[in-house]
Amino acid sequence: MPIDRPNAQELVNAVREHLTKNLAPTLSGQPAFHLLVATNVLATIERTLTNGEEMDAAEAERLKALLNTDTEDVIELNRQLAGKIKSGELDNQSGEVLEHLRRTTVDKLNLSNPKYMVSRD
Amino acid sequence: MAETDSQRSQRELNEILQEKTAEVYGAGATVENLTKLSMGASRECWSFDVSGTGDSPVPLILKRDPVNYDADGSIAKPAKDHHTTRTTEGQLIVEGGKLDVPVPEVPFFLEQNERTTEGFIMERLEGETLGRRILRNEEYAEARPKLAYQCGHAAARMHQIPLEAVPEIKSMSAEEHLAMYYDQLSAIDHPYPGFEYGYRWLQERLGMAGDKTAFVHGDFRNGNIIVNEEGLAAVLDWELGHIGNPFTDLGWICVPSWRYGHYNKRVGGFGDLDDMLQGYADGGGGEIDPEIVRFWEAFGTLRWGIMCIGMGFSHIDGPIKSLEKAAIGRRAAETEYDLLQLVD
Repeated sequence: MPIDRPNAQELVNAVREHLTKNLAPTLSGQPAFHLLVATNVLATIERTLTNGEEMDAAEAERLKALLNTDTEDVIELNRQLAGKIKSGELDNQSGEVLEHLRRTTVDKLNLSNPKYMVSRD
Repeated sequence: MAETDSQRSQRELNEILQEKTAEVYGAGATVENLTKLSMGASRECWSFDVSGTGDSPVPLILKRDPVNYDADGSIAKPAKDHHTTRTTEGQLIVEGGKLDVPVPEVPFFLEQNERTTEGFIMERLEGETLGRRILRNEEYAEARPKLAYQCGHAAARMHQIPLEAVPEIKSMSAEEHLAMYYDQLSAIDHPYPGFEYGYRWLQERLGMAGDKTAFVHGDFRNGNIIVNEEGLAAVLDWELGHIGNPFTDLGWICVPSWRYGHYNKRVGGFGDLDDMLQGYADGGGGEIDPEIVRFWEAFGTLRWGIMCIGMGFSHIDGPIKSLEKAAIGRRAAETEYDLLQLVD
């Protein structure tokens, strides 16, 4: 990625702010709903650009410890975890597995829909 | 200018409805205000009124399979799926009505012919179907506290539909139902360890599913009911009706996604489990162990999560690109979160 500013996160933010402030008030009904879906997706991208790398690294660290492997790729690590849950190999560590999975979904929601967890309290 | 497909479809539909309403309501009946409601790809819904019946106009809804024309101008047969046919769906609504499930009247059906796909006509009832509005709007404030009980009661009645009444519907055990969704997940080349964990939890607890075989609505939730100021006005969307474990329905209406942010009201975002189970018992469904509901709530959460994943991948890999499908794909994380709170 180039070092030039505005960077990717700042550009997406500019697009989202523009759509929300200038376009949204001119729409109603279905087009307004679709714009809201679009700006929510842009907000997900912004949060991913800000926090995603750090989250991936933390997830990979947890998975390497859980699976006792040196694999770095976070998708490959998730494949291994899914396979071992399926085969029952991790049954004696199911508490740790569940704790990892819960932390990971909190991270996912912190990117895609942070309000989802707030709304239940 | 030549007639477009959609103009032809509407003209022919108008003709057919005119003929049918004359048969059902008498020669003076006239179809008015025929309007297409949903643009969804899977079904067509139309609104219309029948006047000239002597009384005030009769407000009706048509639900039919989508009309697509083959190259020779004939109507394409709809794709086979695990849903009921429209005729069966309409018949199920009629059967539900016989057992006092609140449903719209079904005055007549459409057979597939050279002018239309298969469909059924139902009474257009007043009320709200959008889940968020049911939970938020002031006019439903007095209805909301009644809904969990009423839904429990309606479920108990539906589950007593005699299995021989609608012989065409499919049969699916809890195990087969779980396998159906897991197969969909397994067909996707991407790891979902959270859902894998949830699946394994459910599979090991199939004994918690409750041992009963009956008619199952299959899509009984906030969003597929009509609510008016008095409460539950109708149960809609019977096309996933099948024979199986009836407690599927009690868990599905509790799935957190159908609470629309009102998480603390477990039943549809409007009520408590105790009320629903009381309604279920009073409707003749018997006493239900809440652990059975927990199993089916987890099952429903897994099911909706896998459906979200499927929609996301149909955007990625399928022929039709859609922002909405792409966005729903990532909503799988919400159901994954909910599922991992439910399991241990």
